[in-house]
Amino acid sequence: MYVPGNNPGKLQSAGIYGADAVIFDLEDAVAVTEKDAARHLVACAVREIKYPCEVAVRINHISTPFGYDDLNCILEAKPDMIRLPKAEYADDVRKIADIIDKAEARHGFPHGSIKMMASIKSAQGLVNACEIAKAHARMVAIAIGGEDFIADLNTTRSVDGAELAYARSQIVVAARVAKIHAIDSVSTILDDDEAFLKEVRMIKQLGFDGKSCVHPRQVELVHEAYTPTEKEVAQAHRILAGIKEALERKSGVIAVDGKMVDGPIITRAERTIAYAAVVGMIKGDGND
Amino acid sequence: MSFAKRQGELELTVLQKAAQAGTLESNDIMITVSPADPGDGIRIELSSPLIKQFGRQIKLVISETIQEYGLSDALVHANDRGALDCTIRARVRAAVERAARGEEQ
Repeated sequence: MYVPGNNPGKLQSAGIYGADAVIFDLEDAVAVTEKDAARHLVACAVREIKYPCEVAVRINHISTPFGYDDLNCILEAKPDMIRLPKAEYADDVRKIADIIDKAEARHGFPHGSIKMMASIKSAQGLVNACEIAKAHARMVAIAIGGEDFIADLNTTRSVDGAELAYARSQIVVAARVAKIHAIDSVSTILDDDEAFLKEVRMIKQLGFDGKSCVHPRQVELVHEAYTPTEKEVAQAHRILAGIKEALERKSGVIAVDGKMVDGPIITRAERTIAYAAVVGMIKGDGND
Repeated sequence: MSFAKRQGELELTVLQKAAQAGTLESNDIMITVSPADPGDGIRIELSSPLIKQFGRQIKLVISETIQEYGLSDALVHANDRGALDCTIRARVRAAVERAARGEEQ
């Protein structure tokens, strides 16, 4: 969930809404005249407040007068992740990764402890999405920045999101090639739960691992869409039990509920169990 | 401003003129930092709805943060609206740096 970096009240309460990660925003949410003050607020919050989730900071691009100062101030507070506001080339990632390398060494942080994610907001960035996703070991996620991307395409947002269809699929493909997460764009739907849920179910079906939110209500709805049903969890358990039994029998043929089970089905079942464990539907890590 | 330059900028801080950071929104604090004559020390004028319970702590945080910049003389006006220590620190840092750059707010 995005949190404006210039709002002390929202920074200090950011952790109560159940988001899997909070993104403290120094970019679009902060006026030019307040960039200096916002980075101090965010750095102090990251350093001194215990959040129950991952803490990311979206910096200003290093091509602006603010980006390097953001990094200098924020990195010593040791956020979990730095979010690049816009990536068009793999070198955009490597430059930031290099700065993070030096900051980790200077402050005595474990090497690689500060991760990165990059946002694709332009046609140029989309063309290079795979290279950006693979650019550095720090990269853990790649996202699509919907509004900017749509503007770059010279079109407008529609209800069914047709203008984002190609880009969304490309982002998921890039994420899978790099073996990192794919995160969908924020939604402008704030007052229609059903419409928002429909969008989340659609992007989940495309393969996205999650979605950026701008409101606590959206966090609840994303969790609702991504939480497996009890029926799905039960089936996943049966599949994994069937695998275990087949291995004990040294049988190469595995059938569960009358259907053949192979690699992709097993992977899906494992992912379902993992999701169920994360949301507390089952105890432990689901490997009991 | 380059990354390397930023490192050296705050080694010697001199307040050029008064500067402000923060707002009067809930959970925030408005800090105005002004230059003072050598020997004046760090004078803090604080208003807060919780001045009896937390006034001493708020002034301590302000004073310690000012001293991080090597300053021993400054006049600080602080209008607190229930800010946490981390917010106070952040607002003081922003105000000091603006005052050192000679920015008004």
